[in-house]
Amino acid sequence: MSTETASNLNIDRSIGDFSYPESHQYDAGVGLTHDTIDYIAGVKGEADWVREYRHKALDIFTSKPMPTHWASHDLDAIVFDNIRYYLSNGQKANRSWDDVPEDMKRTFERLGIPEQERRFLAGVEAQFDSEAVYSNIKKAVGDQGVIFVGPTEGLRDHPEIFKKWFGKVIPAGDNKFSALNSAVFSGGSFIYVPPGVKVKHPLQAYFRINAENFGQFERTLIIADEGSEVMYMEGCTAPKFETATLHSAVVELVAMKGAKIQYITVQNWSANVFNLVTKRAVAHEEAEVKWIDCNIGSRLTMKYPGVVLKGRKARGEVISIALANDGQHQDTGAKMIHAADETTSNIISKSISVGKGRATYRGLVHVPKHLKGCKNNTECDALLINSTSRTDTYPAITVRGTGNAVQHEASVSQISAEQIFYMQQRGLTEGQAMSLSVNGFVNDLVRQFPMEYSVELKRLIDLEMEGSVG
Amino acid sequence: MSSLVIKDLHVNIGDKEIVRGLSLEVERGKVHAIMGPNGSGKSTLAKVLGGHPDYTVTSGEVLMDGEDILALAPDARSRKGLFLAFQYPMEIPGVSIANFLRAAVQSRLADGEELEATEYYARLYEKMDALEMPRNFTSRSVNEGFSGGEKKRNEILQMAMLNPKYAILDETDSGLDIDALRIVSGGVNKLRGPEVGILLITHYQRLLDYIVPDYVHVMVEGRIVMSGDKDLALQLEEKGYDWVKEGLQEPAGV
Repeated sequence: MSTETASNLNIDRSIGDFSYPESHQYDAGVGLTHDTIDYIAGVKGEADWVREYRHKALDIFTSKPMPTHWASHDLDAIVFDNIRYYLSNGQKANRSWDDVPEDMKRTFERLGIPEQERRFLAGVEAQFDSEAVYSNIKKAVGDQGVIFVGPTEGLRDHPEIFKKWFGKVIPAGDNKFSALNSAVFSGGSFIYVPPGVKVKHPLQAYFRINAENFGQFERTLIIADEGSEVMYMEGCTAPKFETATLHSAVVELVAMKGAKIQYITVQNWSANVFNLVTKRAVAHEEAEVKWIDCNIGSRLTMKYPGVVLKGRKARGEVISIALANDGQHQDTGAKMIHAADETTSNIISKSISVGKGRATYRGLVHVPKHLKGCKNNTECDALLINSTSRTDTYPAITVRGTGNAVQHEASVSQISAEQIFYMQQRGLTEGQAMSLSVNGFVNDLVRQFPMEYSVELKRLIDLEMEGSVG
Repeated sequence: MSSLVIKDLHVNIGDKEIVRGLSLEVERGKVHAIMGPNGSGKSTLAKVLGGHPDYTVTSGEVLMDGEDILALAPDARSRKGLFLAFQYPMEIPGVSIANFLRAAVQSRLADGEELEATEYYARLYEKMDALEMPRNFTSRSVNEGFSGGEKKRNEILQMAMLNPKYAILDETDSGLDIDALRIVSGGVNKLRGPEVGILLITHYQRLLDYIVPDYVHVMVEGRIVMSGDKDLALQLEEKGYDWVKEGLQEPAGV
């Protein structure tokens, strides 16, 4: 709810919009060739198989066309030759905030990360451009055998755990941008939770783009072993630059038998970021994977978190909130691939379009003929704020066989002038009235978030809505 | 000057003139009732005073304690102490009564001043008890799925929480059964006092048995055509609006 005063809002509005001068020790330069890959692999000191994987992925990326036959032509505005693919000051993530270079430390302090860590997190990783500058896991959690590192460390120090699943849930060739990420990935989180371990507090990663013309390509792989539980949260920001910035991550989750993974994203990209992310999970027998995905900001976001329900009684869920402000396109949705009996999936998507903002929902639900006892529920609701706002829904639901059930509901609603007048008559400004209505619209979903994140999300919605009225 | 003064107000919707030269003064501490047949412009008057964007004031003034409020946005009028109880209160899905009222109360505080939550809830519960509203009401979405009586009680609850200087109650009795009418008017009567001026807009005399007005005005075709004390309402009840209309001299050609 909007309880901040006007002056607070003004300060808050610029929360992510600041940057420090760059001074990078390692810079792969502009453009992407096989030399760029060798440079990145060299800086990281990677094993040959990883280097080889990157080179192959680059070939796939180059050979694949842009998906503009179904996706937005705005993708054509990305000039891959103008982007810088790797910027860092080395490989070593500090374990103490005191050792983080001053300007980066100040960046994360302004974003409130060290404070959140003290208050409620089990571990934090803070990435600045291409590499993590801070990474720490609480000792008690580490002592349980939980691994929380970056991909370079993960593939180098724990290949027996990570190599088996790396690139298996989402192969390099899955799509053009997963290929791009597989070629130049850097930073991100590799997490392993041993059998039966229930990580009580969330692990969090924070991704910060500081440099202009830059591409951030973090790579995340979370493996929850049998009967374990983990909650992972990620936040993202970037300052407002004149030129386009690219963020293209790949996130793979593996939930072994009876494991539970919750993956929460609250992204607040500035309005010139192309955010093209591939996220997918495999859920084994009786495992549960829940994606909670909040997309605010960016110029174009394309993201459809998915779950492959591979084992009997596996359960997948996607809870998605997207807010498309003027000039933004949130193209989001979910994929549920049922591949075993008695698997269930639930998709709830709510989008808000403001001004000339555009929200698109794409859903894929697949239940093949030979399966029995599968269930899917899909609900997608769109809220249009202005008459110029746009929403589109493309649900693709294939359910074959006789013993499976599917349910799909969709709605489009608008905030009426009478509603706004009613709220204004009680003293709320037009902007506050809008925010409150929008918060009301997503309220049932926000309640599923951990407290700290629901407060943050409400605040972000307030900021977006404040800016949207005259 | 502690009054709400309406001077020769003319109001259009599109090209159509709805309020046609209405003047009225509502002093703090007094209750004025406006009665009138359907289509007389009563509800338009209420919405115009609230600042509804669909209506255009073509001439006239509305002064609240001496200040012209017509140029102010609806929310600014509200924060200055003008309250409108709606004939048809709007639903706000997903927003609880507690959160909505909290935002409304907070909007009246100075920049940087935070509402004290325990005090707020204590006050809210006290007002709800007076209106015989169960505590779980606070967690329900504003007006969503409410009965007519619940909606009107919710309006009076908001009025009680916002302590207006001037309150306009638009057809507050419509859609109420006799028990709800008793509760709602009991709530309004508790809020009566030297600090608040109340303008009751109603079609029926019935409400005025419960909230006894100091003055009664009859509105016909966008103007006040007759004023008196509470007995005027009884006369109207007896003789009907035609009695008033017959006494009016219509300008030729209308």
